[in-house]
Amino acid sequence: MLLPGYVFFLILLSALTPWLYRWLRGRTGTLLGLLILLSAVMLWGWWLPSNIQHQTLHTSFDWATQLGVAFSFHLDGLSYLMAVLITGIGGLIIMYGGAYLANHPSLPRFLTIVLLFMSAMLGVVLSGNALLLFLFWELTSITSFLLIGFDHDRPNARAGAWQALLVTASGGLAMLAGFALLYITSNTFEIQTWLQHAQDIQQHPLAPAAFILILIGAMAKSAQFPFHFWLPNAMEAPTPVSAYLHSATMVKAGVYLLARLFPLFGSLPIWGNSVPLIGMITLTGGALLALGQTDLKRILAYTTVGALGGLVFLLGLGTPIAIKAMPVFLLAHALYKGCLFLVAGGIDHAVHNRNITELGGLSKAMPYTALAAVLSSLAMVGLPPFLGFIAKELSYESILTTGDPMLTVLAVIGFVAMAGVALWLGFAPFWAKPARQFHPHAETPPLYLPPLILALCGLLTGIAPQTTANMLIKPAVMAISPQVSTVKLTLWHGVTPYLLLSALTVLLAGAMYPLRHSLIALATRLWNKVRFLGPANLYNKALETILAFAAWQTRMLQSGYLRFYVLVIALTTIALTTYTAWTRLAGSFPLPAWTAPRFYDYVLTAIIIIAAITVTRTTSRLATIAMLGAIGYSIAILFMLYSAPDLSMVQFAIETLTVILFVLVIYRLPKFIQRTRRIPNVSDLIISLASGGLMTLLMLLVSSHASESTVSDFYSRNSLSNAYGRNIVNVILVDFRGLDTLGEITVLAIAAIGVLALIQLTLGDKETLSIPQRKIQKSILLESSALYMTPLLLIFSIFLLLRGHNKIGGGFVGGLVAASALMLYAIAISPDALRKLISIKPRLLVASGLFIALVSGLIGMLWGKPFMTGLWLPQTFAVIGKVGTPILFDVGVYLAVIGVVLWILLTFAKE
Amino acid sequence: MIVFVVIAPLTFAILMLLLSNRPQIQRWISLLASATILTIAVLIFRLTLTNGIQTIQAGNWRAPFGITLVVDTFSAVMLVISGALALILAAYSIGQIDPQRTKAGFYPLFFFLLTGVNGAFCAGDLFNLYVWFEVMLMASFVLIALGGERTQIEGAVKYLIPNLLASTLFLCAIGLLYNMVGTLNMAEMALRLNHVQPYGQVTVVAVLLLIAFGIKSALFPLFFWLPASYHTPPVTITALFSGLLTKVGVYALYRVFTLLFTQDAVYTHTLILILAGFTMVTGVFGATAQTDMRRLLSFHIISQIGYLLMGLGLFRQQALAAGMYFMVHVILAKTALFMVSGIIFELKGSYNLKKLGGLYAAKPSLSLMFLLPALSLAGLPPLSGFFAKLVLIIAGFELQQYLIVAVGLFVSFFTLYSMTKIWNEAFWKSTSEDAHTTVARVNAWLWVPTLALVALSTAAGVLAAPLYGVCQMAAMQISNPSTYITAVLGAMP
Repeated sequence: MLLPGYVFFLILLSALTPWLYRWLRGRTGTLLGLLILLSAVMLWGWWLPSNIQHQTLHTSFDWATQLGVAFSFHLDGLSYLMAVLITGIGGLIIMYGGAYLANHPSLPRFLTIVLLFMSAMLGVVLSGNALLLFLFWELTSITSFLLIGFDHDRPNARAGAWQALLVTASGGLAMLAGFALLYITSNTFEIQTWLQHAQDIQQHPLAPAAFILILIGAMAKSAQFPFHFWLPNAMEAPTPVSAYLHSATMVKAGVYLLARLFPLFGSLPIWGNSVPLIGMITLTGGALLALGQTDLKRILAYTTVGALGGLVFLLGLGTPIAIKAMPVFLLAHALYKGCLFLVAGGIDHAVHNRNITELGGLSKAMPYTALAAVLSSLAMVGLPPFLGFIAKELSYESILTTGDPMLTVLAVIGFVAMAGVALWLGFAPFWAKPARQFHPHAETPPLYLPPLILALCGLLTGIAPQTTANMLIKPAVMAISPQVSTVKLTLWHGVTPYLLLSALTVLLAGAMYPLRHSLIALATRLWNKVRFLGPANLYNKALETILAFAAWQTRMLQSGYLRFYVLVIALTTIALTTYTAWTRLAGSFPLPAWTAPRFYDYVLTAIIIIAAITVTRTTSRLATIAMLGAIGYSIAILFMLYSAPDLSMVQFAIETLTVILFVLVIYRLPKFIQRTRRIPNVSDLIISLASGGLMTLLMLLVSSHASESTVSDFYSRNSLSNAYGRNIVNVILVDFRGLDTLGEITVLAIAAIGVLALIQLTLGDKETLSIPQRKIQKSILLESSALYMTPLLLIFSIFLLLRGHNKIGGGFVGGLVAASALMLYAIAISPDALRKLISIKPRLLVASGLFIALVSGLIGMLWGKPFMTGLWLPQTFAVIGKVGTPILFDVGVYLAVIGVVLWILLTFAKE
Repeated sequence: MIVFVVIAPLTFAILMLLLSNRPQIQRWISLLASATILTIAVLIFRLTLTNGIQTIQAGNWRAPFGITLVVDTFSAVMLVISGALALILAAYSIGQIDPQRTKAGFYPLFFFLLTGVNGAFCAGDLFNLYVWFEVMLMASFVLIALGGERTQIEGAVKYLIPNLLASTLFLCAIGLLYNMVGTLNMAEMALRLNHVQPYGQVTVVAVLLLIAFGIKSALFPLFFWLPASYHTPPVTITALFSGLLTKVGVYALYRVFTLLFTQDAVYTHTLILILAGFTMVTGVFGATAQTDMRRLLSFHIISQIGYLLMGLGLFRQQALAAGMYFMVHVILAKTALFMVSGIIFELKGSYNLKKLGGLYAAKPSLSLMFLLPALSLAGLPPLSGFFAKLVLIIAGFELQQYLIVAVGLFVSFFTLYSMTKIWNEAFWKSTSEDAHTTVARVNAWLWVPTLALVALSTAAGVLAAPLYGVCQMAAMQISNPSTYITAVLGAMP
């Protein structure tokens, strides 16, 4: 309860910070920092040691059990060490940050995000569930992103933040995959369960893969080669952030994770083959890279990379002495490096310069800062009685026990470089001769106390090594490797090989001090020469290449040409279908029995084919319409020949209406532009033939065996007896499948709205087409015949509607006939006359048609029947036959169809 | 009961048609109407949870002779989501849709579209499904074109033609299937398809349907219509489409490839998996190449469709559940992002990332409203996208489909890349001189619904357990077609 409670308390504090700031103003940082330090001391220093045996604590709540996630918190020595660092340094940083950014308008935002980061980081080290750990892990990445880009007006800050996020998050993805693989092997995300079943998991064939993926995540987070390059670029962050996230805590998350999973993976051969190597490359590389920098923060960043490499190297060795050395080194590094970052921040704050070759002579103006700097730099060099000395001794001991001279040489080079740099950092800004005159502000307690406290901690932990060992180091070591039971830290071991190495390191580092200007210049030149080989460059190149490819691919695919889109869709259809047919039918392609085609079939098919070809070749719109009409009529005749008179009739009516409507609008269209080449494109021809051929073959294929439809049989048996209609097609439309018809008239209604909207509403650039006005000659013959024909046709349409249930006809055809009649009237006399004649707005006609159809379906529901159930009056009437709700439905269809056609017609006419 | 979820939007659409000249009344009724539809959906959802699959035989003709409407848990979840989106977007539209568009029929079209969407979710009959697809297609086409701006018309045409091709293929496939098995009822069809000889012809038609629905759901390489059109209409309409349109296509794929075409799954579902991989990659690649926020988000729709299809392609109960959970996640998160982009447009008068900037400093709460769904999409915990991807990854590993998992993770990286690109450009970068802030305060009709959806999307992650539980139940139902078939046809013969 305590652990999640504390994390939650910090999150809450973070959320409340903007309001606290309104109240406390400039004191917010100091007070918040004190509050956190106080809570940390109470919790880690007093309550926990006195209440918890062996410093382990486990709490768990359900969250999403079936997804493997639980709010499971686990505290042991390792997490305790990290938690103390996170809250302790965090409190100091918040104090410092409040003063450092005192005049920054976004200070409350800064404090909020730092606090959120602190909660997340604490969450990482306290999580007992890998997914919960991942949650906090990613939250540290996001908060780090927001903090690096804190001064987001600067492009460099944005770029640094983005790179850091993308690199660590891609590592995070790998890590998540690794966790998922572990889940496959163990069926849980609980870290302690993994550790308990380490033996079983190690034997699983997926274990090495899981390890490599998790290792990648840890490497990206802890800035190991080749992912290290994001860390120096993250120095765009305000300095307190660099001190806290990018030196003391967040970058140690990867090390923490590797230490946490050491009992699980430490004995895999691949661990020993990869981890020490990665660590050593990073250690030496980072240290040498630090030499080629002039910016205090970038120097510190590279030495941090080196130190992280050292930590990973020690874990990689995995010997008892290395496992002891690791937490000591981690603690010492957090203290001196955090301090040196804050010193760098203090200098920057005072003189607005961070260039080590220019700085100097600041000791007078900033005595306390100078003191902190000296103490920490000596700790970093590794002089007694600092904890840094013990850390270095243990590290050298670990390396020497491997007996590998190569490793020793590399390590010495790395440590010497870092120690040398440490002296530059600790002394040069304060006592060297400045390149120009600086006028520093006086230092203030919030800016020099936190670094001084850190430096003193580094001293005190070294002076009382056994207390440090008992309180912090031993529990951590036992959590990493339970076999190690004794941890003794002393300043004096007698004269040992590692003491000599330490002494050598200090001597060489001292020798580097006066040579710093030439060394920096030399290293800078050297590194610039090989920069193009560096992983930063490779990363940028890879990203650029992928993005360029992505842009190219998108330009190719999303070309903007509709004809290309249609072409790709057609090709995909042909290819996939053909391939499937080829492989899945495996040569067995049954063909149906043919019936000899009749003469009419030949004629109509020929007409359709010729018309279709003509449509694609003609440049005249009128011809296109005529040809499409010819196709439509031919199909209508085919329907008739194959005994579907209802379909045929509807088809005729629709074709007629379409042609008339087309003719009405044709003069309004812009000039036809020939876009395709006159000579038909061979590939187009092949594709269209292939599409047609494919569909034909499929038809033949499925026709090869007689369908055993029970449906048509059911319809013919029930049409009259239960649905009271002789015309099965109509009964299907209004009863058996009335719901489909309801949908279809809805489509019609929407289409009518569309026509209206497209024609009448043109927003935006009003580039309307100039329409040639043509005077249309009226025909007297047409006019007088329309006066007779219209009412006759209307009556006929009603007749069609009413008889439809039993004989050929129905609401659809009726509506179309009525609409044709009204259209005839509009053309012959005038649209205005028609508008007067019908007196009801077509929109309302459509709505009422739909409404009637809908209501006819609902009536049955009043009697507890399902939607669209037909209810019938007992009597039989003339012409109509039985009367029931399906007839009402047909009336709705009839009205809707008339409404739609009129709506479209009158909209056209209005223009 | 279940039929009301289709009838209600239709009734409201008709009502809106009658009220075309009264925009103010239309707005208020649209709120009331969408709230009603949501309530009905929720009631149906509860009914399916307690009583199992719900069916209605329209016209009281017993299956397979009439048209059956079926709602199982999967459909019910989709109905609830569509209802919730309808309510949120109806509110958003009040702050966004101009009076001219309202007069020209925005609200009738809105509810016609919902009719089609809900109809499709309920359809238990393949031809009926086709009809609802047509309702949807026509309504969405008109919605894209509504307003008649030049880009809109261009977008509308590029939207319409590929979708009409899809309809044609769908219809052909229906014809072929009817020829094979003599029924349109999907439950009956499922039974009979098993006996078709040679079975290869069923697979051929399955591929035809895969292409038809693939066009509708913007699969690779059939997605062109989506990026060509989604950025053209007002953002309310884009948001509505992003939430519902392609998802109905995916729903249909899930339905037919778990109910009808399961005999040759090694072939069909591997094909789906391959297409899913390409869809993810091309979608996200498209997104990285964009500088217009809405185009960028549109390409992301495609990429996410790939993940949805990955769940279907893996074809294991757990993967199907993951796919469904992903569907809920992506609908909520993506729609929220489009709504945020609308607010940005309201503030800055542009969707162009090059012209935008300074929003983090000026609008911290809007920044959070963007960041939550954006990071959810990128798959960060504890947001919904994380759990969705997690379950897909695990399912992929369990089936030893390492390649598709790797592709999914790779795409995840670029999703994060493009989401943070928006963040860098629109939120962090300082405003350039020429860009102007049009309004200082955002209309409450815009931000309240957006906030509601962001909250809903966040809740979908934090409360992953119950939501995923429902998806598991739905997945269990669809991976055991016999439950569905029994519910529709009565006891198995």
